[in-house]
Amino acid sequence: MFHRRYIIICLALICVLFLISTVEAQKIMSIQIKESQLRITPSFLGKITAKLSYGERVTVLQEKGAWKKVSIPGKNVQGWIHETALTSKSIVLKAGRGTVGTSVTGREIALAGKGFNEEVEAQYKKNNKNLDYTWINQMETMKVSPEQMEDFIAGGNLVFGAEGSNP
Amino acid sequence: MNKLSRYAILLTLAALTGCAAVETVTTIATDVGVQSGALTKAQGESIRRSTQAVSRSMEDFTPEQEYYIGRSVGAVVLTKYSVLSDAKINAYLNLLGQTLAMASDMPELFGGYHFLALDSDDINAFATPGGHIFVTRGLIRCCRTEDALAAVLAHEIGHVQLRHGMKAIEKGRVTEALAILVQESAKSFGSEDVIKLTREFGGAISDIANTMINNGYSRAYEYQADAVSVTILKRTGYNPAALIDMLNVMARQMKPGGNDFARTHPSPQSRIAELKDNSRIALTSIEPPAVRKERFTKAVGHLL
Repeated sequence: MFHRRYIIICLALICVLFLISTVEAQKIMSIQIKESQLRITPSFLGKITAKLSYGERVTVLQEKGAWKKVSIPGKNVQGWIHETALTSKSIVLKAGRGTVGTSVTGREIALAGKGFNEEVEAQYKKNNKNLDYTWINQMETMKVSPEQMEDFIAGGNLVFGAEGSNP
Repeated sequence: MNKLSRYAILLTLAALTGCAAVETVTTIATDVGVQSGALTKAQGESIRRSTQAVSRSMEDFTPEQEYYIGRSVGAVVLTKYSVLSDAKINAYLNLLGQTLAMASDMPELFGGYHFLALDSDDINAFATPGGHIFVTRGLIRCCRTEDALAAVLAHEIGHVQLRHGMKAIEKGRVTEALAILVQESAKSFGSEDVIKLTREFGGAISDIANTMINNGYSRAYEYQADAVSVTILKRTGYNPAALIDMLNVMARQMKPGGNDFARTHPSPQSRIAELKDNSRIALTSIEPPAVRKERFTKAVGHLL
């Protein structure tokens, strides 16, 4: 009797694990950074096929090292993206405006713009008048294009993708 | 229910907690356990609660929040140091640094990596959790080649990748801040919550800035960042021995008792010893190709 119950419980747990791994195989992930790109090859030097912004969802089709080939639901676009740009949490933009049900916990979702955010920064700045963010804003505008990066690598006899990196 | 099968279920539960979907599995498993009578309701609750407590940690800060922490840590760094407003140097630092960052294990940050030179003879550098990386003129002067400067920037990228800044935040503060976030996660913050959060935010900024500017990270963290630097240098085709060359120059230029790396970092000699032991870098000093030497001199030559 006890044994039978034990076997049933263990089988149930195995089923749960199996279900979870099946779901994982076709998982939906969200962009967790301000802006990101899909590329034709799994490399930062690959040609860009699409641009994505914070919170957008993608379906994972294939994995290769730290890169994932994804598609955008409802659009006929595919491309490679580095895993550090993605989260398995679903990101909810504009929280508190209806769509977030009470049954959803903080572990399954991440609320964009919540927590330590612009509002908290503004309050902190108000309390610390000696802080100046001018150069912080300025340095954030210093961006390098993939073309400039490619020229820099070729022009300096460098390589990209040696010894198991993100080629 | 006999004791043996109860233990067997608990063991299965413990084994399951090792997998990625910890909470989902635990919730369902405890439900099954409770329904079958293997666990009391209270036992089930307690397993669920402790799993949540364990998994609620620093990892729960989103990259967006780390970005905002980073901005303010950067603003605090800039109360101690002035910016070297030299467009040529800053463009070169970003070209070099952003290329290196793409070869790291953490190439994507919420707002990306950005580099800025500081106008000081101190030998110093800082990296915020948001990817804002600062390096002083004094430290740039320790670099005789682009390879050496790459080693310096890659070391700072290492601190970001390994989240050393975030780990400097006191544990209690992390729990406190996340508690507010979790409670309030399904609705908008009221002004009282903003005040509470700002207090925790300010505390986190102080913890990180104090560690970076005054106390320094642990020796272990510095050695780890050196190891990441070596990895990135190898991946991009730079000579990893340039890190040792830079440290040798630093050893000569560093003023004992200085309020910079002399205070916050292990001595250049112990970093070199660690690199020789653990990263097994060949000490052959290979001259960088002429094209690389030329562009390095063009970009930073007037500072050296």
